[in-house]
Amino acid sequence: MIRIENLTKKFGKTQALAGIDLHVGQGELFAYLGPNGAGKTTTIRILTGLTRIGSGLALLGGHDIAREATAAKRQCGLAPQQINLDNELTVAENLDIHGRLFSMSRAERRRRIDELLAYIELSDRPRSLVKHLSGGLKRRLLIARALMHEPKILFLDEPTVGLDPAIRRRIWALIKKVRRDGATIFLTTHYIEEAEFLADRVAFIDRGRIVAVDTPAVLMAAVGEWAVDRVDENGMTSAYFPDRDSAQSSVSAGGGGFTLRRVNLEDAFLARTGKKMVVDGQNGRGGH
Amino acid sequence: MPGFIAVLLREMLILRRRFLRQLAGMSVSPLLYIIAFGYAMGGEARFDGHSYLEFLIPGLIAMSSMTQSFAIATDINVARFYWHIFEEFQAAPIRDLAYVAGETLAGMIRALLSIGVVLLLSFLFGAPPHCGPLLWLAALLNAFVFASLAVAMAMLVKSHADQSLLTTFIITPMAFLGGTFFPLDRLPEWAQRALSFLPLTHASAAIRAAAFGETPAASHFIILALAGVLAFALALSVVKKARD
Repeated sequence: MIRIENLTKKFGKTQALAGIDLHVGQGELFAYLGPNGAGKTTTIRILTGLTRIGSGLALLGGHDIAREATAAKRQCGLAPQQINLDNELTVAENLDIHGRLFSMSRAERRRRIDELLAYIELSDRPRSLVKHLSGGLKRRLLIARALMHEPKILFLDEPTVGLDPAIRRRIWALIKKVRRDGATIFLTTHYIEEAEFLADRVAFIDRGRIVAVDTPAVLMAAVGEWAVDRVDENGMTSAYFPDRDSAQSSVSAGGGGFTLRRVNLEDAFLARTGKKMVVDGQNGRGGH
Repeated sequence: MPGFIAVLLREMLILRRRFLRQLAGMSVSPLLYIIAFGYAMGGEARFDGHSYLEFLIPGLIAMSSMTQSFAIATDINVARFYWHIFEEFQAAPIRDLAYVAGETLAGMIRALLSIGVVLLLSFLFGAPPHCGPLLWLAALLNAFVFASLAVAMAMLVKSHADQSLLTTFIITPMAFLGGTFFPLDRLPEWAQRALSFLPLTHASAAIRAAAFGETPAASHFIILALAGVLAFALALSVVKKARD
């Protein structure tokens, strides 16, 4: 459904993407994981026609985004990282304008607005101005707007950034529902749990390059199954073990303060890139 | 043209929500100019057999249609840099032409509203102009020029501050020097020549002639139409380049 070959992009002297190759199958929920500035948003902006391609090929449902932009865009829905709903329009008007942009008939728009408002549990507020909605409701409406024209591919750029854990869970449930309904989903995130919980496959991106692509289970298994974190005067170090027994033996031998836990995608990312997914001074774990 | 109606409708829905505020905003400047210049300063002055107020009203029509159509630049700018709504249009399968045409027409509709406000004030102050089709044609062409220019400038600037500078250094001087408040034939030859490059000079001249019941020179309409086409082409070109 999405095929990217040797995709590059430069902004001035900065190489934002340095030759990306990816293939995302139909109905797959694909997570694109990396720290801020890794190239996640640039990739999504190119795939959705917001940024011009540098070089390489990007096919969406078989259509080249550079040469057949209109046909390619029809395949896609985008919920961008920054909520770009029209605050001065109502919930229904936001959906209606989107439907018109995708040449939907009046009857189609009406049907779809009713369906989507039920889908995101906003049926009672079609006439509310968007500026009166909470952050979580706006995020749900943003996803609904991206689904308005029934796209085959849904791009979600950091869909839960800035949301509290309870609302994040609701957005995850919505994303799972969309996926069950058959859409291909391309999700960028820096939240480890988001990728672990949602994704069929994960790509790690670092400094404009893909460093690994596989299922979360395979990526984590390559590191080990259990991890022991130790904190000393040099900071925190992690050691990885194939099973709990060997991890516990290491703990007994080492003494001092430690945390014994299961390996996660952040460990897999660390093992591949040599760095943690530091995000604005926090690590990429979103919390529950 | 897919998308054109969506772009225009969005602007119209927002205009409807802000209607009273917009109308009040459109009324303040012309009202102040009519009171300050039309009455207080120019009370007894006569130009070509017309009172200063009668001379001023067509200039205010030209100026209001310019400032109000150009004002969409600020809205587009805010929607682009602050709300990121422009990305919704960029990601849609519509042509750049649909976007530029929708925004330009929205700017022209705002200009029409502002012309209505000036006409209403002119009736209230007893100096209604002759509202023939040539007056409307000149005013619409003027609105077309500045709405198209507004779309282009909104794409070229990199911040709200730059947008404000454009208004300060281009629109405000033009508003005062484009034949709005005084006859340009009182200026030296070189200044008249320089000011003849401003679209507003031609809009003021054409609207004033039509308002006095005369037939404006065809050259004014031709120059305004050419300036409009150029500004529209510039807007199209810079919208294409905005994808980065």
